[in-house]
Amino acid sequence: MEGSVMLAPQAAGSARRRRGEVILDVKNISLAFGGVKALTDISFDVREHEVRAIIGPNGAGKSSMLNCINGVYQPQQGSIAFRGQTFKHMNSRQVAQMGVARTFQNLALFKGMSVLDNIMTGRNLKMRCNLFLQALRWGPAEREEIAQREAVERIIDFLEIQAHRKTPVGRLPYGLQKRVDLGRALAMEPSVLLLDEPMAGMNVEEKQDMCRFILDVNDEFGTTIVLIEHDMGVVMDISDRVVVLDYGKKIGDGTPDDVRANADVIRAYLGTAAGGST
Amino acid sequence: MQTTFPRLLLDHAAQRPQAPALREKEYGIWQTLSWSALATLVRHIACGLAEAGVAPGDHVVVIGENRPRLQAAMLAAQSLGAVAVPLYQDAAAAEFAFPIDNAEVAYAVVEDQEQVDKLLEIRPACPRLSRIWFDDPRGLRHYDEPGLAAVDALIAAGQAVDRQQPRLFDEAVHRVRPEDVAAMFFTSGTTGKPKGVVHTHAGLIDRALAGAAFDKLTNAEEVLAYMPPAWVGQNVFSYAQWLACGYVVNCPESSETVLIDLKEIGPTYYFAPPRIFEGLLTSVMIRMEDASAAKRWLFQRCLALARRVGPALMDGQRVGVLDRVWYALGNFFMYGPLRNTLGFSRVRIAYTAGEAIGPDLFRFYRSIGINLKQLYGSTETAVFVCLQPDHQARADTVGVPIDGVELRVSPSGEVQVRSPGLLKGYYKNPQATAEVLDAEGWYHTGDAGFLDAGGHLKIIDRAKDVGRIAGGANDGAMFAPKYVENKLKFFPHIKEAVAFGDGRERVCAFINIDVTAVGNWAEKHNLPYAGYTDLAQKPEVYALIRDCVEQVNADLAADDKLAGSQICRFLVLHKELDADDGELTRTRKVRRGFIAERYGVLVEALYAGRASQFIETPVTFEDGRSGTVSADLKIADAKTFPASRKAA
Repeated sequence: MEGSVMLAPQAAGSARRRRGEVILDVKNISLAFGGVKALTDISFDVREHEVRAIIGPNGAGKSSMLNCINGVYQPQQGSIAFRGQTFKHMNSRQVAQMGVARTFQNLALFKGMSVLDNIMTGRNLKMRCNLFLQALRWGPAEREEIAQREAVERIIDFLEIQAHRKTPVGRLPYGLQKRVDLGRALAMEPSVLLLDEPMAGMNVEEKQDMCRFILDVNDEFGTTIVLIEHDMGVVMDISDRVVVLDYGKKIGDGTPDDVRANADVIRAYLGTAAGGST
Repeated sequence: MQTTFPRLLLDHAAQRPQAPALREKEYGIWQTLSWSALATLVRHIACGLAEAGVAPGDHVVVIGENRPRLQAAMLAAQSLGAVAVPLYQDAAAAEFAFPIDNAEVAYAVVEDQEQVDKLLEIRPACPRLSRIWFDDPRGLRHYDEPGLAAVDALIAAGQAVDRQQPRLFDEAVHRVRPEDVAAMFFTSGTTGKPKGVVHTHAGLIDRALAGAAFDKLTNAEEVLAYMPPAWVGQNVFSYAQWLACGYVVNCPESSETVLIDLKEIGPTYYFAPPRIFEGLLTSVMIRMEDASAAKRWLFQRCLALARRVGPALMDGQRVGVLDRVWYALGNFFMYGPLRNTLGFSRVRIAYTAGEAIGPDLFRFYRSIGINLKQLYGSTETAVFVCLQPDHQARADTVGVPIDGVELRVSPSGEVQVRSPGLLKGYYKNPQATAEVLDAEGWYHTGDAGFLDAGGHLKIIDRAKDVGRIAGGANDGAMFAPKYVENKLKFFPHIKEAVAFGDGRERVCAFINIDVTAVGNWAEKHNLPYAGYTDLAQKPEVYALIRDCVEQVNADLAADDKLAGSQICRFLVLHKELDADDGELTRTRKVRRGFIAERYGVLVEALYAGRASQFIETPVTFEDGRSGTVSADLKIADAKTFPASRKAA
């Protein structure tokens, strides 16, 4: 079958154990909304094929950070370099074209559309035919549709949601909707995947499933993963390196063990003995 | 006919190379494997296995769902004169240790990471297990275990061997004789350790052909293979008869998509244990309860008509013209679409076996125009002993002995069978073999039954389960636990039941509610609940179940032989009976003795007349971890009816 069926696992090789070059370099980012400083002078990098977590208490600026990387917010200061190229002003479409996909904390799926169609929308950037041909589904458009559908089917197979292929997303339980959201992001065949609280609101079983899928994505396709997560157990289990934010500032950066031992991080999460709890 | 499975495969490949042999739904599309492509695949896998050292008589374990490449692996093993040993894919790792050790297995072909993990877990206990091949490489790339490789690698190695020694495969197939051992099935057994049931090519093929001739099966049948391949029933229908007849076997996409796949394929030949038919009916009933009042009314009217007219039509009896017209209308508007929804539009023959089926359940399917029949057989008899001929299907019999079967009932009431398809023996267990297979070649089934006037076999229960009520008003009355349990299980709200009464004054029962059906009912009645345990102990649920139990009692009262088996007291268990906890066999049969022992305190409480009882039970989760479930169980009384009073 012709076309872009890029999710072939072989391409990635043995990804997880060979962390590569810096793929995303965030330098001195500051972001303010009026007088409110959301992010102050944040720098960190993300290496190819790693699982990088951003953690922090509520309001620490985690989602703002993702939105900066994603091109939704334009930081006032600092730069973000993707594969060595620095971009000053970028919109989300450009970011997507560079191979950065994301999922959302509050699902942003098309509730009335089937799982298949929702994931198909993730292939939007891969489609080459014009609107007219697509509307007629004729000739090249038909061939393209078949190729795209195959890629989507591979994702459905990967995420084990075959039984729900034609179910409207709104009728699925929350945990499955999250999986569809991940599927749509995967449909872009991203090199970097930004996950905004992929496990929020899930029960233990759903969390376990999601962890497995995230690790599998990282493993099978070599996708670099940047995730925000509240569940410390999850973060410590699956990430290679962790950035800790608090009140818009970076207070820790390193392997899960380093971060766990970091005094500032402990203070931010548990409060100091004198300061009481959070 | 004297042949072997690999030779049957090669015959099909030679005569109908392009005809479909297997289909598997992958990436949303049914992918077809023709007989010639399958033969090539088997050839390569066999060569690969030969290179790995598989020799005639070796055991090759196959674990997984129904997948074309696992089917091919079984054929490949048999091509080399080795013995295919399918094991239950949902078994816990520890359960593999016995069969693998017992059969001295060195080679395993498995489906995926889950199975590989389980085998690696027991590897220290089974040091002989040297090679493991997996079909689906997902998640397995970083496994660095000696002897672990993908089926793809096995095929590639086989291709190389085949190029160098092109005659290796053909000569190996030629050497396999019909009387060689083809497969071994481990019976899960309601008691004790599993036993390996050894079958030869000739035995399995003989029974497969006898069954096929009885129902005039052709190579145009479509079968959906979705039961565990380790179950002899599935193996006969999607392997032995598949090769004997050359029809198409379809493998579903995943275990969750079976109902969708069933509808898409529309099998013509269908086989399932009663619980599948029960599950399907329950799903229909649940959906009908949610339908509008007008639809419900129409549905009830149509079903009433079907109950009255359908079975008679099915049995080819005379039916009045008016009824025929009404039934035709019902067929157009209700039964036809319903059959289509269930995936039974094209079913020519459907069989239920493995357990007794509830008479009402049986009649329901026949009444809507599905030719559901019963058969009688077991792992030891390669399934086919008795089958019901078309037009003679009855709920309470299991059919007539088919070609090649001699059947007799011993003076003690036990059914005994002699046929070419009997087991060769239990593996490494001459004592157990001698217990069931006597010197004249009669197999002792352990079932109590008799032949009725029409020559149909009627099974009452497992011979050792049939008991007597002792003491009280019904002293000496017959107690057939399965009969009572099946009656209970016909209610959509009851999933499983265990009846006690042998040697006791009264009959008591454990009930497992069907969490989908009762959950749906609870939702309709604004009854909030937190999970199975919570739901099970709701007083409203007890009232619901009491109604079911009392209806069963009313039914039993109408039968003078079994009037003493009415259920006086019951409780709803706090957890679902589970094969992982050893409470059910892998084929989902209740292990009554084990349950009585495990929940001894509950049995005592039932008979001591207590109103509630605290219990803590260890449970095994699906990932192998264990924990406990505890609850304070209510015990309820049920009304019983005086014997011989006609049921309402």
